[in-house]
Amino acid sequence: MCQGAGRQLSSETMTLDTEPVVINMGPQHPSTHGVFRMRVTFDGEVILDLEPIFGYLHRGIEKLAEHKTYLQNMPYTDRLDYLASMSNNMAYAMAVEKLAGIEVPERAEYIRVIMAELMRISSHLVGVGALFNDMGAFMTPFLYMYREREKILDLFEMVCGQRLTYNYMRFGGVSHDLPEEFIPTLKRFIDEMPGYIDEYDQLLAENEIVLARSKGVGILPADKAINASVSGPVLRGSGVKWDLRKNNPYSIYDRFDFDIPTGTVGDVYDRYRVRVEEMRQSVRIVRQAMEQLPEGEVRTKVPTPLKPPPGEAYVCIEAPKGELGFYLVSDGSAKPYRFKIRAPCLINLTMLRDMVVGWMLADAIVTLGSIDICMGEVDR
Amino acid sequence: MTEPLSSSEVAQQIGEQLPDAVTGSDESTVFVRSESLLDVARFLKQNLDFDYLISITAVDFLDHFDVIYHLRSIKNNYSVVLRTRCDNRGSPRVPSVVSLWQGADFQEREIYDLMGITFEGHPNMKRIVLWEGYEGHPLRKDFHLDVPGGGKAT
Repeated sequence: MCQGAGRQLSSETMTLDTEPVVINMGPQHPSTHGVFRMRVTFDGEVILDLEPIFGYLHRGIEKLAEHKTYLQNMPYTDRLDYLASMSNNMAYAMAVEKLAGIEVPERAEYIRVIMAELMRISSHLVGVGALFNDMGAFMTPFLYMYREREKILDLFEMVCGQRLTYNYMRFGGVSHDLPEEFIPTLKRFIDEMPGYIDEYDQLLAENEIVLARSKGVGILPADKAINASVSGPVLRGSGVKWDLRKNNPYSIYDRFDFDIPTGTVGDVYDRYRVRVEEMRQSVRIVRQAMEQLPEGEVRTKVPTPLKPPPGEAYVCIEAPKGELGFYLVSDGSAKPYRFKIRAPCLINLTMLRDMVVGWMLADAIVTLGSIDICMGEVDR
Repeated sequence: MTEPLSSSEVAQQIGEQLPDAVTGSDESTVFVRSESLLDVARFLKQNLDFDYLISITAVDFLDHFDVIYHLRSIKNNYSVVLRTRCDNRGSPRVPSVVSLWQGADFQEREIYDLMGITFEGHPNMKRIVLWEGYEGHPLRKDFHLDVPGGGKAT
């Protein structure tokens, strides 16, 4: 079987005289997943060098945050990886809670886990759908995956009234308790979801074009992935069994039974499979959380404005795209002295060049798609 | 669970190999001299299996910068925090750790861009989110948001 476009060069093609050409892909290009530019040096269609260039969406969130109170910064976190706002909310809330020593009620922890795992499913649906767009299965898988994502957005809309920028979590819990109709709707969704994932697999997992475009393409070996601080499905796709929910259990993740899917060779196909399996695992976690969900308060009282004691805290969670960390420094005032975001999408991009040099243009598109970046988080 | 290694023990182990490198330690952090940072980082990577650089951060304290390295060992699941101080505000310099952990590449460039700290030995030390030719470094505390261009930020 052919393995990606890059291995199809015949010896006849190689003897032709060529010269390197520099081409800018993006910043406005449908396959760059936002305003992202790749400055690519080609020899014919083979990539000799690639430099990712970004910053088009840089809003200076880290600086702006130093001029807002802790709570006013919560909506900013929605605008990092805007496909995973709930996870961003959760990481930031946990960081402030650690800094200020705030306890979270049991019920709120469960609600947070349900939201974070639904968010993971939703983010992976977009990631996998967009990957198939890049491979040429234009719009059909994407649209089916958006059908399910829509149901998750409906659930989020029920709890906080928003479909994209939720601003749902608070220090010491969440902003509102679940509405009455939430649990039955959620139950219907998680009963249906495994069937939908089977449906995607029937359509795509063994599809010959998918295999040809993704097997053996964009390989990232495990040792290189670790050395480059890569995290999330990209790291696990390379065969490293590392997931913060298991290896450094935060919140209440130690109470749930779930597996960590990993790949073997670290190619585009492995990363795609890891994301699909993670969706199944997330459904398992949501089901358990829903069954165990206790009654009670959803928010502890915290002083307004919140003034954490001087100190610093680093908190990281397993966000859909990797290890999302917040490093906060407090000087005892109502605003953070330093607000640093450890953005998984930015750091995962480090290896893009190494993964595509020597391959063809079409492989670079697919490899970038398999890293699953979100420019809101890369640029901040 | 990722166990934070006892920073006093780590400091002691570094001290045995590299005397004068460590300036102190508190409950989670080892403080090192910026000149010895690369040696300390290499020691931690090779002898204590710190194979994963979680993040690099810089904080501006006006009279000095702190550069903070969060390290983890994926192999043994433990972590440590390294912290180094950088006094020269005119042209702050810290050795780059890209030769040890490739994951430092974009993070060091980002700190250079936004905080104005040069990482010596970095293969491609240029701005990453702002454009070439931009003056000033927005994350510095003397860069003011209410003045166009940040005021006198150098």
